[in-house]
Amino acid sequence: MSHVVASSCHIFSGCGFPAPSINDFYFTPIFKIGSVGFGKPGLLIVLSTIIVVTFFWFAFHSPKLVPRGVQNVGELGILFVRDQILRPQLGKKGDNWLPFLVTMFFFIWIANIWGIIPILYFPPMSKFGYPVFLAGMVWLIYMGLGFRKQGFRGYWRTLLIPSGSPWWILPLLVPIEFLSNVLVRPFTLSVRLFANMLAGHVLLLVFALATWYLLTASIGLLFSATSFIVLILVTGLEVLVQALQAFIFTILTATYISGAYEAH
Amino acid sequence: MQHLVHLHHLLYVAAGAKHLVLATGAATPGSSSGTPVWYHIINLGALTYGLAAIGPGVGIGLIFGRTIESIARQPEAAGRVTGLMWIGFALTESLALIGIAVPFFIK
Repeated sequence: MSHVVASSCHIFSGCGFPAPSINDFYFTPIFKIGSVGFGKPGLLIVLSTIIVVTFFWFAFHSPKLVPRGVQNVGELGILFVRDQILRPQLGKKGDNWLPFLVTMFFFIWIANIWGIIPILYFPPMSKFGYPVFLAGMVWLIYMGLGFRKQGFRGYWRTLLIPSGSPWWILPLLVPIEFLSNVLVRPFTLSVRLFANMLAGHVLLLVFALATWYLLTASIGLLFSATSFIVLILVTGLEVLVQALQAFIFTILTATYISGAYEAH
Repeated sequence: MQHLVHLHHLLYVAAGAKHLVLATGAATPGSSSGTPVWYHIINLGALTYGLAAIGPGVGIGLIFGRTIESIARQPEAAGRVTGLMWIGFALTESLALIGIAVPFFIK
């Protein structure tokens, strides 16, 4: 928001570079229910939910044996998640997790794509609450599923004791494994998505603001043009990162679920 | 210029984060009206995070490199190897991600 004020700010006019800050991730709420505000990030999350739901509804509300039109695209997406994410991690027995993983992949991907859509330009996953919710859900699923499939003691053994470790190393190994498998997993799962989206958005902001700030009838024009080219290149990089983060989030979810199925 | 990290601030790293807070806060008293003290620390944190990211960077490079190598040697093991790769990747990157989170906790 502060950059709207700084928009008349150019180099050699006496004002400093309006560097992006954490304030760029806070928006004035559109409306408020009690103390809970509903702003741009929430709006984008609702939009991505609607897009995912309507897309898959249109693709599969009356599926044909020989797919046509949008069903082709939908099947392409589902087969990608099945063959690249689900089958390598879970095998055939995990096929009933396919709807969950497909939804998760496309929801995160669409939500990330808002980061490069003109005018909107904001990845809602750079608000920490959304990745935390997703990672919390994954944590509940793999803990609950593990206790159901392997029993209470069995799953703790899988989580805490790596197979083949000698007894005398266990006092050292068990706390580390507890930390890594129970506490750090949901933390890194959420922070990975959050940090990548935050950093990507800041990177875009730096070059977008620099392009505007340096845009003057001076030598600054040259640097402005350079900055604009870099902005385009960084946007290309962001396209890659957005898809990659959705992929990594989903594949790690599949990995954790497969750990709940059997001792590895 | 006062936002740049001076070399003598780095010496305070050994003396602990608390002294660092005092040092960076005291070095720029009342600078750029209303800028909170943590702003100066975040800059130093950015430098420190760069250092902290070296290890995970090398580690992740090794993990993916060795995975590609082993799949090239034995393509039929690709499924099992990539599964292990993701677990190792998540563990290694967790160090870098903890590095991102630490400045939010230590003020």
